Amino acid sequence: MDFIDPHIHMVSRTTDDYETLARMGCVAISEPAFWAGFDRGSADGFRDYFEQLTAVEPRRAAQFGIEHHCWLCINAKEAENVSLSREVISMIPEFLDRPGVLGIGEIGLNKNTKNEATIFLEHLDLAVEHDQLILIHTPHLEDKYQGTRMILDMLCDDSRINPDRVLVDHVEEHTIGEVLDRGFWAGMTLYPVTKCTPDRAADMIERFGGERLLANSAGDWGVSKPTAIPDLIFQMRRRGYDEALIRRVVYDNPAEFFAKSGKFVQPVR
Amino acid sequence: MTSHTAQTVLDECYLETRAKLLEIAAVLDRVDRAEGTPAPLTGGAAARRDQISAAIQILLRDAPDRAELIQQLFSRQYDPQWRSTFGLQVEHAASSNTREN
Repeated sequence: MDFIDPHIHMVSRTTDDYETLARMGCVAISEPAFWAGFDRGSADGFRDYFEQLTAVEPRRAAQFGIEHHCWLCINAKEAENVSLSREVISMIPEFLDRPGVLGIGEIGLNKNTKNEATIFLEHLDLAVEHDQLILIHTPHLEDKYQGTRMILDMLCDDSRINPDRVLVDHVEEHTIGEVLDRGFWAGMTLYPVTKCTPDRAADMIERFGGERLLANSAGDWGVSKPTAIPDLIFQMRRRGYDEALIRRVVYDNPAEFFAKSGKFVQPVR
Repeated sequence: MTSHTAQTVLDECYLETRAKLLEIAAVLDRVDRAEGTPAPLTGGAAARRDQISAAIQILLRDAPDRAELIQQLFSRQYDPQWRSTFGLQVEHAASSNTREN
């Protein structure tokens, strides 16, 4: 089955991973800007990173027939440095018109601090001013519930934000309901140990249905599995799910959400 | 949505669940055997051990949302007044979709 991985950090993966993804049915990916595993020292470091996301990775993906899209921001972890964050945010508009840029992301919270919230709000301003889609990172482990509630507060308190243009990622059992109830799109991340397994993702689909629900691998430089979406497809088929529902979660929903950017290239077979 | 019966689900998951329970039992045994025991755990270690015990109690409940309850158990509390704590004002306030918490 063709699938789209709506959240994967290919800058951290090998070219072999692109080939494996293509062989397993991946036709498109979107790559949010994220933490490189170390704090970057200058805005120029981000300029190079955005160049990589918007120019280098699309070429690497194209070798295997995969459409590459991306999101731009300074991530929540480095947002603790407010002055650097503001420098980066002021530079982002230079890149927004490039092909494949779907919006602002993955913005959010990490340890749920005041500085992170401040920079999150400034990213929202940027997205609104430039009419961009928004991709949200929710915190890990014990910080997830608190951080997700804070993020939803900030989004819902802002009259300019249309929930239908926001994807809240890394939802789990204790956060998915509120994200969907408030009208946002929700992403389940199939990431070993710290997030969600294919089995639990299938459980959430059983509980909440397939509307506005996506699945991703969030493959990156950590322990992660870029081919996690085929694992979910396998699990759903094993449970006897209708093929249309499976396709909705792994292809139709990401395609529908990304199309709102006006820049999503529908993969051609 | 699922086309499987409860018996089918249990049949398919039984061995895997058994293995996971054994892993938990083995971890708890390892904690008990570790250097420094039988002195009681203190501080963060004691709190984490208590959380694991509380999670096991949740497993025994006759409730449909055990996974969500365990997630809540391992979560920090949400403070609806966090904005005033941080001194962050609401700009561009939404009257229609602002939610009282």
